[in-house]
This record gives sequence, C-alpha cells and structure tokens, in this order.
Amino acid sequence: MPDSPALQPRKRRLAIAAWPSSVFGVLVVLVGVVISMPPASAQLKVATTTADLASVAREIGGPAVDVVALARPGEDPHFVDAKPSFIARLSRVDMLIEGGAELESGWLPALLLGARNPKIALRQPGRIRANIGIEMLEIPTSLDRSQGDLHASGNPHFLIAPSNMRILARRIASGLESLDASNARAFQDRLKSFEGRLDSKLLEWRSRLEPHRGRQILGYHNSWIYFAREFGLKVDFVIEPKPGIPPSARRMADLITAIRENDIRAVFVEPHVSRRFAETLSQKTGIRMVMASQYPGGIPGTEAGVIELLDRLTGDLARALEQPLGK
Amino acid sequence: MRVSVRTRSRPQSRVESKCLSFEAVFWRDVDTMTRKLPADEGHVHPIRGSRSFTQVSLAMTVLALLAGINVPASADDAQALQQLRQQLDRMQAEFEKQQQLQRQQMDAIRRQIETLQGKPGVQAPQPTAPPTSPTPSTTEAPKPVGTGNSTLDAGKAWSPSDPIRLQSGRSLLDISLNGTLATGGSTASQIDGGTQLGGHDPKVNGFTLQSLELSLSGMVDPYFRATTDIALHLDSSGESSLEIEEAYMETLSLPGKLTLRAGQFLTPFGRHNMQHVHEWSFVDSPVAHARLLGPDGLRNLGGQISWLMPFRFHSELTLAVQNSAGETASSFRFDNEGEARFHRQLGDLRANRLGDLLFTPRWSTSFDLTDSQTIVVGASSAIGPNASGAEEQTRIHGADLFWKWKPTRHQGGFPFVSWQSEALIRRYQAGAFDWDLDGDGLVNADGSELDGNGDALPDVLPRETFQDYGFYSQLSYGFRRGWVVGIRGEMVDRRHQAIYEGLFGDDTDRLGRWRLSPNLTWHPTEFSRLRLQYNHDQRRQIGADHSVWLQMDFSLGAHGAHKF
Repeated sequence: MPDSPALQPRKRRLAIAAWPSSVFGVLVVLVGVVISMPPASAQLKVATTTADLASVAREIGGPAVDVVALARPGEDPHFVDAKPSFIARLSRVDMLIEGGAELESGWLPALLLGARNPKIALRQPGRIRANIGIEMLEIPTSLDRSQGDLHASGNPHFLIAPSNMRILARRIASGLESLDASNARAFQDRLKSFEGRLDSKLLEWRSRLEPHRGRQILGYHNSWIYFAREFGLKVDFVIEPKPGIPPSARRMADLITAIRENDIRAVFVEPHVSRRFAETLSQKTGIRMVMASQYPGGIPGTEAGVIELLDRLTGDLARALEQPLGK
Repeated sequence: MRVSVRTRSRPQSRVESKCLSFEAVFWRDVDTMTRKLPADEGHVHPIRGSRSFTQVSLAMTVLALLAGINVPASADDAQALQQLRQQLDRMQAEFEKQQQLQRQQMDAIRRQIETLQGKPGVQAPQPTAPPTSPTPSTTEAPKPVGTGNSTLDAGKAWSPSDPIRLQSGRSLLDISLNGTLATGGSTASQIDGGTQLGGHDPKVNGFTLQSLELSLSGMVDPYFRATTDIALHLDSSGESSLEIEEAYMETLSLPGKLTLRAGQFLTPFGRHNMQHVHEWSFVDSPVAHARLLGPDGLRNLGGQISWLMPFRFHSELTLAVQNSAGETASSFRFDNEGEARFHRQLGDLRANRLGDLLFTPRWSTSFDLTDSQTIVVGASSAIGPNASGAEEQTRIHGADLFWKWKPTRHQGGFPFVSWQSEALIRRYQAGAFDWDLDGDGLVNADGSELDGNGDALPDVLPRETFQDYGFYSQLSYGFRRGWVVGIRGEMVDRRHQAIYEGLFGDDTDRLGRWRLSPNLTWHPTEFSRLRLQYNHDQRRQIGADHSVWLQMDFSLGAHGAHKF
C-alpha cells in the first residue's frame, strides 16, 4: 500500500479550487451588507396577505402608507403560492398584516423565513395578526382531519363582518402610530372618519337585510358565518361537506332537499370556487346565485374597498332574498 | 407579562358587554392599550431595526443583544406611563361618547317601537332618517360555536399541563409524520442500483417503504429556529434503520438579510436535492441526481450562510460549507464501503484540513413574468475533495429552472402548469491507483486485487479526470382540483470514455441511459396522495426496461408551509 501513488503524502498545498469561489462569496456578502441598507423613505411600506386587510390599512394609513396585498382578490387565500417575489417584498416592508387563525399557514411561514425582516417578527408593532382581539367562531373542540381541514384557532373568515373590521382598523391605527408617531394625528383622524362611515353604512346595510332576518343563505365553503351573524342571517348549510372536500352527488341531493325545505333563496358564488355546484342547485331549485367575495376586487366593481364590497354584497343579497324560490 | 394582562381582560369584557357595539368599542380600546405596550417596550428592544445594527459586526450585535436584554427600561418608564395615562383619558372620553350615541340610538328605536305599536296601520319605518332605521337587535346575536373557554391564540401562554396541539402556531413544536409507500414491479433483472438508483426509490418487485419521515420544527427563542427530519427505513430484508436527514438550527434576526444555519442539512444544490420524498412530483429520484450527487442526494453536517440581495426582485446567494465525507456526499470523500468505484479502491486519505470541506455556493433568482406566471433560475456548484487520492477533487456544477403558471382565480391551487428542469455536470479527478495491494506484483487468489484485462497482473490506473453529465425535465399539469398529470424525460451519460474504461472495459456507472416517465397523481386532500407512474428505461449495453409503480403518501400532523 505505501507505494501506491494514491497514497502519497499530501503536499502542503491549500490552493484548492474552492477557495477562490468561497473568498469571492464572502466578499460579495460583505459588500452586500453595506449596500443593503435601504434609504429612508417617507412612506411606511405595508404588506397584507389579502385584499380586505389592505383596504382597511389604506383607509387608516392614507397617503402616509404604501399598501400592497400579496394574494390577488379573487384568489383562494388558503392556497396562495409562496412566490419568491413575495419574499423580496416582505423583506422591505415596515409592517405586515395577516389574517391569522391559520388562514395563510400554507404559505406565509415560508415567506417570513425567507424575508428575514425583524420588523415584522411576531410581537413587533410591525406585525398585526388580525384574528387577535376578534371573537373567533367555530373553534374546534378536537382536531381530527377526518372532519376536513380544520382551523385550530377557529373560522378565519371574520373580516367580512363590519364589527370585526372596526376592531382591526383600531389595531392598524395604533400599529401605524407606533411606527410613525409624526402621523399619529392623521391616523387617528382617518380612523374616526372610517369608523363614522362604517357606522352609518352599517345602519343602511342592516336595514336592507332586516326584512330577511333569520333566513338561511348557502355558501360553498364555511366562510360566511361572521357575515350572517352580523346581519341576523343563518348559514346552517354549506355546499362542501367538510372543509376542503368537494360535494358528492348524494350531498347535492341532500342540499336540494334542504333548499326547498328551508326556503333558502340565495347561494354565494365566490370567484375561487367552482360555479358548477351552485349552477346545478340553481337549475334544480331556482335558488339565486349571488356573486360574492370577501375580498375587495374579488367581484368586479368592488375594487375601491371593504365598504364598497359590503354595499354590493348586502344589496345583491337583499334583492336575491326578496323573491321566493322559482321552481 | 404584559401579554397576560391582555388575555385576562378580554374574556371579562366579553362576558360583561352584552351589546355588540359596546363590546366592539371596549375591545378596540383594550386593543389599543395592548398594542401600544410593545411599541414602548421597543425603545429597549435589541432587534428592532435600527440601521446602525446593519453596520456593526456580528460580535457587536451579540453584545448589544445581551446588553439589551438586561438593561431595565427605567429611563423610558416615566415617559411611557405618561403617554399611557393620556391615552387612557382619550379613550375614556371616546368610550363615553360612544356610549351616549348608543343610548340615543336605542331611545330612538324605543320611540319607534312605541309609535308603531300605537299606530298599527303604519307600513314601514322611514328609511331616510338614520337614527330611526332598524339597528341590530344585539342581544339576539347567536352564541358562537365552541366559546366559553376563550381560546385567543397568540395571547395565551402555553403551560406544560396544556396538551401539545399538532397545528401550526398553536404549539411550541410542530410535529408531522410523512409516510410514502410504493408498490409495483419492473422487467429489470436488477432494480435496486440498476433501474432505480435513488436511495428512496422503489427497490423491489412488491412493496417498498420509500420513506417514513418524522419532522419536528419550531422556534427555539427569538433568535433561532430549529428543524429536525428523521427518516425511518425498512429495507427489503425487513431491517429497520434510522437516518437523520436534517437537523439544524438557523438564525431568525441577523441584520443585513443574512441567515446562518448550522447542523445536518440538505446541500443547497439545485431544486431536487433540497426536496424531501413527499415533495417530489415523481415516484423516484432523477437518475442524474442519484448518479452524480449520490443515491441519497447531497447532505452533510455543516454550516451555511445565505443572503437575500437587496433588489426589488428575489435574488439569493448561499454558501454551504459541509463535511465532505460519508455516503451522503458520495462523489466526494466516500470510500464506497470498500467496493471499487471507477475501477479504483477508494479510501479517505485526507488530513481533514479546512480545505478538505465541501463548498457549495448557490445563486438563485426569481421573477414574476405576469400575475400568474413565475420563473425561478439558479446555478450551483459543489466543490470538494474526493476519496480517490490525496489531492483529487470533484466539482459538480448545476443549473436549474422552474416555471409555474397558476391563474389568479385558481380553485384550491388548481389548475396549474409547472415545469422544472435541471442540468448537472460532474468533473471527477481520479487518482492513480495500483491494484497490487500486497506489493508482490501478482494477482491474489482471493480476487481482492482487480485484474480487469485478464493479463494475470494487478491493474494499474493512471491519474485522470473524466466528466459525466445529466439532466431531467419534468412537466406537471394540474388539470382539475386534486388531479395532476406529469411527464419527465431524463438522461445521463459520460462525456468521454475514461482511460480506465479504455483499458479495462466500460463502467456501467458511467454508461449512457435515458428514461421517460409519465405519471398521474390524485390528491384526495392536501394530506394524502396516490400516484401511478410508468418508467421506460433505456440503458446502453443493457437495453429497455419497463416499470410500473403505485405510490401512496400520507401526511399527519402539522402542515408546513409549501416552498415555491
């Protein structure tokens, strides 16, 4: 073995080709640290996971903030891709507003790790989890996925209820204040104005739906309970049998019976769920399809914000509920 | 400590305030108070993004962190107290104002009811006058399901007597178990190491437990997170074994968009090498990866620094420095468990100097082409010593591309089209080797000294460098919710016949082969998967082989976020 050429003692020669590249890498990193300090900008940069959160943030922040929503308004917020461009964006923001309650748990954690932004770490003023302070509904007493994809923290579709919007608006205002004290006055003023508009609109929306108090409405996913609760409606039936499970033929037959028995007059059709099931139900029972979304811009004409969205939703729903089932 | 104040005050407020609007106002105020607190704390919080931090060295950061934790907030306390008092006064005033407004509204409704009861002929209230329009009958609000125990999430501190809930964000530790089982068969006479090169591939006609992975991950403290991924194996002889696939800790809040990682981790080389079995889009590992990086891919103990570059688009530089020995770095300092490789006997001959580590730089960048199309490109190199000699080195270079289309109005992530491709080239310096191990000049009778050309003399191999390359390209189309059809084409070959092959015959570990694999996948939910795949293998000097595999996959427990 000693005379095997492969076993010749190694010469004192460290010029291994890994060195130039690693030294270069370290240099690039060091230079990068210095140039990565961003210039001070007057506007606070705010990212939100969904468009409804962005709308409330814009209401409060006004011109002092630059708000961008990651998910498109018509997109299912449970199934957003953790695109690297979102990482780049989150690495630059001063504030992140998320829905919380595991709405974004399939994608946001990956983005946050990549973004490396201490400003939006948990418990920083730059991180707002909207579900904190909200009275969550449907918190499961046991977690068992044979019951579908349950959310341990409760139903995460709470922002469509104006009373929850108000709670969030308040939290966003105090979050923005602590990040930008010079604009505290403006944020408070805008908060008051938003709340004022919301209050007066709420009376209008309630008066629209008041004649239908106690009536059942139908959704695809169990995402309308907060809305129903706010306006005295009921959503005891949803098209999907369990969260994330599409309905079977049997389920559809049961739904048709339920619609007729309970005189359910309207079914919400959201852009991110198949229209197929609602269309079938509508053909069979005459139940009216109401184009709906929980996100401003999810249905055309509601891009302006949550107030415009609720205006549209309550109006369309009230009209649909007025007429009895066709067939 | 302050957080616990918040959790105590909330349930009380819920019980006391019957009226929705009161509740909302009260909550809002409680909220403002609690949200203010972290802000004031922030004056002494060490990791809040003060710019100076990015300029100081790492050592200074650590010192500052320690100092920041221990320094009491005495200087700011008085000021904070003052601010809070003012705020409380403001809110008190606001609260009373709201209360008054509410009372007025209630009075208005009462009057309206009285009017209506007095005059039964009246049809409807005046919709134009806001105070008289119907307001919510707040007491009627339905009882929320499952309340009573107020389980507000992040506010509630975990205590050891609480159950650990296996769900993201609710427990100190996310636990998940992923099982992948395959069944099927092949026309190949040798499946394991023949048609199927990957360590996690189906290996026999019959059933294979491809992987049973226990993942534990969570935040260690405000500065670190940790992940462990333990793979349990059950080989074809029924023997169970355990393998630490990953176990590392990683920083959370370094300045300058840097992340440091230390431990056992998948080497950041390309895309496939960083994916666990349950993340694959196909039943098996690409042949190029299994042959050039190793049957189990490339992973080892080491450290890694990665830097998110300060651009508007995503661009990341990573440098991993890992041990270069062992079977999970099989093109490097792996002795091949005594078996000859490249017609040589391999052995770890290194002095274990700093330069004997495995260096893997990687750069990747990504763009959104449109709202629905994203592209990721990357380039990686793995450079380190190999086991064929004291000075010999292996360099593997790779380029990868990933493109995905998913319309913004997708339903549960469907439909989508994704295209993933990787190309690799390996440059292997093989040391000179003399098979005359005992120095007698003759071939041993026990066959421990190779004689490839049959001249009854031990083979002697010169020092040489040879190159192998390979690529795969796979297309997946999620055509309806839960259903994905995919096709993968791949090949691997040598660039030249090596000198040793010219002398002693072609090496089957280097001969060209290609494979075409269509498959169909059904995800009943996100947590289970069935996949049917056909492989058409074509190997030089061996010929065609056909394999069909059915793969089943389950995922229990915490559902981690998907990487893109």
